[in-house]
Amino acid sequence: MNLAELQKKMIAAARANVPGDRVPYAFEKRITALLASRVAPDNMALWVHGLWRAAVSCVAISMVCGAWAFFNPTTTTTATAADLSQNFENTLLASVDQSDQAQ
Amino acid sequence: MMERTEAELISAVLKGDPASFEPLVQKYSPRVFATARRYARRESEIEDIAQEVWLKAFDKLKSFRGEAPFEHWLMRMTVRTCYDFLRGHQRNRESSFSELSEPENDWLERFVTAPETATDNADAAKLLVGRVMEKLSPSARLVITLLEIEDRSVKEIAQLTGWSVPLVKVRAFRARGEMRKIVAKMAKEKYL
Repeated sequence: MNLAELQKKMIAAARANVPGDRVPYAFEKRITALLASRVAPDNMALWVHGLWRAAVSCVAISMVCGAWAFFNPTTTTTATAADLSQNFENTLLASVDQSDQAQ
Repeated sequence: MMERTEAELISAVLKGDPASFEPLVQKYSPRVFATARRYARRESEIEDIAQEVWLKAFDKLKSFRGEAPFEHWLMRMTVRTCYDFLRGHQRNRESSFSELSEPENDWLERFVTAPETATDNADAAKLLVGRVMEKLSPSARLVITLLEIEDRSVKEIAQLTGWSVPLVKVRAFRARGEMRKIVAKMAKEKYL
């Protein structure tokens, strides 16, 4: 058997057999539907959405803090501040006071 | 309404309108299917290849620079997807030629006794070619299909596959040898 000739015949047969270009019905619709279902989310839109939510939360927190500061009696705050400064001074000068007492 | 050009459709898709991809799918699917039918036999496999080609094309559309026609870019993607398919489906390579159908046996008999009567366009010849092609390695099958059957140049094959020109030449040389061996094996199983 002439194998080279057989191979040539086979290649010729393959050339003669042009594959069909038939496309299944509504194939393009299927691809479009598939793409629409898996379109990647817009990163920019995600960031903007997240930042808006964060901004709203920040405004709400600052309003609560503002209201709390406004409605609380101011004297307490002043007293606390005075206590704090007195305590700080006592601590700082504790060693000096102790050496004065020793003399 | 005026028909939009390919460039307009591509630009619309890139701006986030996947519906503009549909006319491109409609226009080029026949070519994608015809190419896929060279490498796969079952319609379900052919459809899977075509679907993968279009999904890849959509995902990688940003990399299309518009310097070459969209069709060329798409065909490169199609050939590479078909090659990936061949690499993933090498199930029939080890089967023997002992279970040839009657028309295939008849065609071979005719070829042995009177080669000129064994016509190229007989269905049996096409079936036999299909069997031989299935036994080739993926790269050999790709090269034989592009070089011998589709009659493309080495340079074209290099562009389609992404291989270098010397690599295409080496693979073509090996593919021809591989095919020769398979045809010889078929003849040996049948007549010895």
